[in-house]
Amino acid sequence: MLVELGHFALVMAFIVAIAQTVLPLWGAQTRNRALMAVGEPAAMIQLVLIAFSFGALTYAFVTSDFSLKVVVENSHTLKPMLYKVSGVWGNHEGSMLLWVLILALFGGAAALFGQNIPATLRARVIGIQGSIGVAFLAFILFTSNPFLRLEWPPMDGQDLNPLLQDPGLAFHPPFLYLGYVGLSMTFSFAVAALLEGRVDAAWGRWVRPWTLAAWVFLTIGIGLGSWWAYYELGWGGFWFWDPVENASFMPWLFAAALLHSAIVVEKRETLKSWTILLAIMAFGFSLIGTFLVRSGVITSVHAFANDPERGVFILLILAIFMGGALTLFSFRASVMQAKGVFSVVSRESALVINNILLAVSSLVVFIGTIWPLVAEAFWERKLSVGPPFFDAAFTPFFVVLAVLLPIGTILPWKRAKLGATVKKLIPSIILAVAVMGLVWSIQTEKSLLGPIGLALGTWLVAGAIQDILLRTGKTMNLGRLTRLPRADWGRLLAHGGLGVTMAGIAGLTAWTVEDIRVVQVGETFEVAGYTIALESVDRAQGPNYITTMATMGVFEGDKKVATLHPEKRSYPVAQMPTTEAGIDNGFLRDVYLVIGDVQSNGGWAVRTYIKPLANWIWGGTIIMAIGGFLSLTDRRYRVAVGARKAETAPKGVPAE
Amino acid sequence: MKYLLLVLALLTATPTLAVQPDEVLQDPAMESRARDISQGLRCLVCRNENIDESNAELAKDLRLLVRERLVAGDTNDEVVDYVVDRYGEFVLLKPTLTGANKLLWIAGPVMLILALIIGLTFIRRRGKEPEVADLTEDEEARLARLMND
Repeated sequence: MLVELGHFALVMAFIVAIAQTVLPLWGAQTRNRALMAVGEPAAMIQLVLIAFSFGALTYAFVTSDFSLKVVVENSHTLKPMLYKVSGVWGNHEGSMLLWVLILALFGGAAALFGQNIPATLRARVIGIQGSIGVAFLAFILFTSNPFLRLEWPPMDGQDLNPLLQDPGLAFHPPFLYLGYVGLSMTFSFAVAALLEGRVDAAWGRWVRPWTLAAWVFLTIGIGLGSWWAYYELGWGGFWFWDPVENASFMPWLFAAALLHSAIVVEKRETLKSWTILLAIMAFGFSLIGTFLVRSGVITSVHAFANDPERGVFILLILAIFMGGALTLFSFRASVMQAKGVFSVVSRESALVINNILLAVSSLVVFIGTIWPLVAEAFWERKLSVGPPFFDAAFTPFFVVLAVLLPIGTILPWKRAKLGATVKKLIPSIILAVAVMGLVWSIQTEKSLLGPIGLALGTWLVAGAIQDILLRTGKTMNLGRLTRLPRADWGRLLAHGGLGVTMAGIAGLTAWTVEDIRVVQVGETFEVAGYTIALESVDRAQGPNYITTMATMGVFEGDKKVATLHPEKRSYPVAQMPTTEAGIDNGFLRDVYLVIGDVQSNGGWAVRTYIKPLANWIWGGTIIMAIGGFLSLTDRRYRVAVGARKAETAPKGVPAE
Repeated sequence: MKYLLLVLALLTATPTLAVQPDEVLQDPAMESRARDISQGLRCLVCRNENIDESNAELAKDLRLLVRERLVAGDTNDEVVDYVVDRYGEFVLLKPTLTGANKLLWIAGPVMLILALIIGLTFIRRRGKEPEVADLTEDEEARLARLMND
């Protein structure tokens, strides 16, 4: 019964979404206040309806209601509760429902927090947001309905893909969707601004928090996915340039570019049409990502069960929204008059370079991802584009970005002197060069990757710290640090976090030590200064799997550093094995153990990795996300989203 | 597609590690060459995995093949050519620089140069234009009010 109500609520949400699209947009065009006012309640009602529908599906999963097709295919009575819940979005239909739930969440948030946005702009934003809802609710109802019943319900389900039964992956999709769908807000703002024919500093200020939020969520989502790949796939890789990873990475890069160009709109009233274009593209790449994952045109680790009908539907959505927005853009872009004047050497120019590097690097990823399709369609060549291509074609962009970033951040607006600016950063330069020399001399294998990566990381972190110290003025009055806007601290953390991540990636890639061997129970062996003992191997029964679990001691000299339990699990229902690595996390290195098959001589295949700086990758990601979040809580956005406060704000814009 | 999934399920039903201890060559230099080559070759039945990481039987066969060729005295390039002759260029994770693939490889640099030209033209123009009059006083006041509300 509840399931039927959930289904009904979804149909109602579809109808409300149509009203939310048509009425406010019509109202804004005809200046009809009553029609415009429909937007907010409609957005709230839509949110409530979809939330109810999502709740109903969750209830079906939690109570293992096997009369529902999607529950049968993705759940099992023995599955732990966490994975019964995460199973809701661990499949195509349910994850689309989560997608529209988040879409409605953002629509509701815009209705709630958008009170001081001019009425017509607000109505248009909510209307456009509603139209995206219409498209995706139609997609769900017509091609991917999660509420389909089975005539003959089976006794038990087929279980969720065991790889997905993991805490890291339980929360990876919701964060990713918050990011993808968050970009729908910036898209709505961009299209609404085009309809209004007006983009000003205020618009830049309204759109930036939504971009920031989307970017923070994408950062966390991508970080979780990469961390999961690291510990779950059994050999410690953290990024595979898989089409679906790329699908999340492209919007992330565009969102990062958009964040920065929105600052220029806000502070200097220039780069307006470019910012609008970026906002459209960022969401466009979210949709492309959705298309790539769901259509099955590119096979990948993540691909949901997919069929061409769905692919065509999403392609249609993509064509309508991108085609419509870009056409509108081509007619209206000329209206957006740039105001601020700046010279070649200035913060504005630095941010233009930032945008060029981020946008082009994202397009490189895009071309690499779709190239196999293109080559097959036009030249009938079946080929692959894998990590070696992306490593070679993408990395240079981020190296250049990292070199320029600390300089760009402290360049003054309008016009600046390059020499004087670089001079201020001499301490950071010296530190980075010193780190490079030090790393070069202590590493055993003479490769450039490690020293350069760590030098760039140091340069970014030191540069970010110097950046904030320079804000305290010539006298280095440290008391001023406490009074700096949170956006400044956000910038410090986001830029510093990027440095930490880059150092981590370089360290891990350059210095991983690997050892493969057969070990008898009771035997010990040495890897890179560690002594490792295979103490025992036991079989045990988990809630819905059978496991072969080893107990292994890790020693440094005579001191025991850790006892690890690498596992090999077998899920009988899903008929799939998984490896659970035993990892000793450390600040400078991870010890990473994997147990394999029993060998003919009674020994066990064991793989050992020493992974230097592994945790820096995700540590840096977390720091970046915290930076974004701090920036999001900056006073000027809290003010902008309508927290009514007396006029205590300093006049004009905070000096930045 | 169904068939492929079935093959996948059967292949992965017997869990194995990627590189097995008994596959490793005695000569460490040759083994490290084998690893390098393996990382550039795609496991044909897997989803976007190289044969070095893959658990599939086919990947294991290819790993052994690579090592056999190395032991037989082939250079790295000869080994790769040998595999490509049999399995097609689909097996290469790093696309070659032949034919239309040149487009793929030069796309990045070309886009960057174009973007830089457009960007620099824009920047130089912004430097030369006279400053557009800022907001009128009324507008300033209205802006401040909107911002501070």
